[in-house]
Amino acid sequence: MSKIVEGLKYSESHEWVKVEGNVAYVGVSDYAQKEMGDITYVDLPEEGDDVLAGEEFGALESVKAASDLISPVSGVVVAVNAELDAAPEKVNEDAYAAWIIKVEMSNAAELDALMDAAAYKAYIKE
Amino acid sequence: MEALQKTCLYDAHVALGAKMSPFAGFMMPIQYSSIVEEHLAVRQRVGMFDVSHMGEIFVKGPDAEAFVNHIFTNEIRGYEPGKVLYGLMCYPDGGTVDDLLVYREYLADHFLLVVNASNIAKDFAWIQEQAQGYDVRLDNASDRIGQIAVQGPEAEKTLLEVLNFKAAADLTFYTFSDELYKGERVILSRTGYTGEDGFELYTTPENTVEIWNRLLEAGVTPCGLGCRDTLRFEAGLPLYGDELSPEISPVMAGLGMFCKLEKDFIGKEALAGQKAGNLEKKLVGIEIEDKAIPRNGYPVELEDETPVGVVTTGYHSISLDKSVCFALVDKAYAALDTPLWIRIRKKTFPGKVVKKRFYQTNYKK
Repeated sequence: MSKIVEGLKYSESHEWVKVEGNVAYVGVSDYAQKEMGDITYVDLPEEGDDVLAGEEFGALESVKAASDLISPVSGVVVAVNAELDAAPEKVNEDAYAAWIIKVEMSNAAELDALMDAAAYKAYIKE
Repeated sequence: MEALQKTCLYDAHVALGAKMSPFAGFMMPIQYSSIVEEHLAVRQRVGMFDVSHMGEIFVKGPDAEAFVNHIFTNEIRGYEPGKVLYGLMCYPDGGTVDDLLVYREYLADHFLLVVNASNIAKDFAWIQEQAQGYDVRLDNASDRIGQIAVQGPEAEKTLLEVLNFKAAADLTFYTFSDELYKGERVILSRTGYTGEDGFELYTTPENTVEIWNRLLEAGVTPCGLGCRDTLRFEAGLPLYGDELSPEISPVMAGLGMFCKLEKDFIGKEALAGQKAGNLEKKLVGIEIEDKAIPRNGYPVELEDETPVGVVTTGYHSISLDKSVCFALVDKAYAALDTPLWIRIRKKTFPGKVVKKRFYQTNYKK
């Protein structure tokens, strides 16, 4: 069973969002990291990059495949988790601690389109 | 679409909680625990693979040697019983039908051809077509034979201790012996597809299941096709469909040494021309400086973005901790140390041509 954290928002492409004021931390769910297996590389955007809800902002590479990261919200990347450069396996170890980007949101109403923990649990049907 | 086949070990994989996925028409285990752990088990200790999906075709009869030599690029004449030879079957234009192992059996005029699972039907039809005029009997035994690959530095010790196959101590790389297990034949072959020492065991489905379970109880790590690919890739070994195809000849793939131009075989003239320099593309290894991973189909470019080739297989090598790939590139850019760029998503990453064998293999010669 994959871990799902209460209080976060989830996208259909398995990213999670943690909101603090107008800033959103974005990572991938425990379900996503399990599906991918050993993650060997995180292709990060740069600080200052614009991201759009529903658009790709980077990628996770497992041994076997690359998988796009889709931003759940629009805004500007104000920080990237550079720790993942040297230690991509942190996504496998604790997907909810290993945030990938921090976005200053331009339209917080986009959060309403995301799932809460209960809805995400139903969505992944485990 | 045809229904997916199951190997005799399907239930064993499911019971182990393997991640199953379709491959070459079979439901196969991709991984049991993690590709990295399974990869390292083979490099450092011993792992086992269900490779029962592979095809086995027997060729027997007075013309068997002449016939196999006619369809096979390597030279089997002069090879003694108990020897295994790697080579290819080619079309007249040099394109690859398949790559395969040929076993010269201990019985006179008996050969076993081991072919890729994805090509069994195609190969058997091809072999039947070419056999006109030869006095041979062809038997596609793929459904009657299971196969386990036991690979890694502790493979020999494991087969001696767990299965009491004493010949394991004496066989050298690319030789085999006939063993008996529960009254049924086991072909014990010192071959593999990992770059490590190891064995491949061919036997009945019933024996395959029993041997698998005994090895599992003895602590041998079950390994899926995920790490089979990362292991063969590091060892510089091609996979049909990626590095070999009707469009990619053995000479393009750097396997010219397995194509013996001193004898006649189907495709010889075309391959001779390619060996003499009449070819446009060559398979190379490329190492890039970044941790981004080149994947099958990604473009290979020059610095000015001129496309010069395409990636066939790529990984972040588990043993080397480097991003490396095989790529089919224009011949002009195939020399060692040639700078090349690989387009990975939106960026290009600089790299250079390196030898295709990324990992120092450990065979028992």
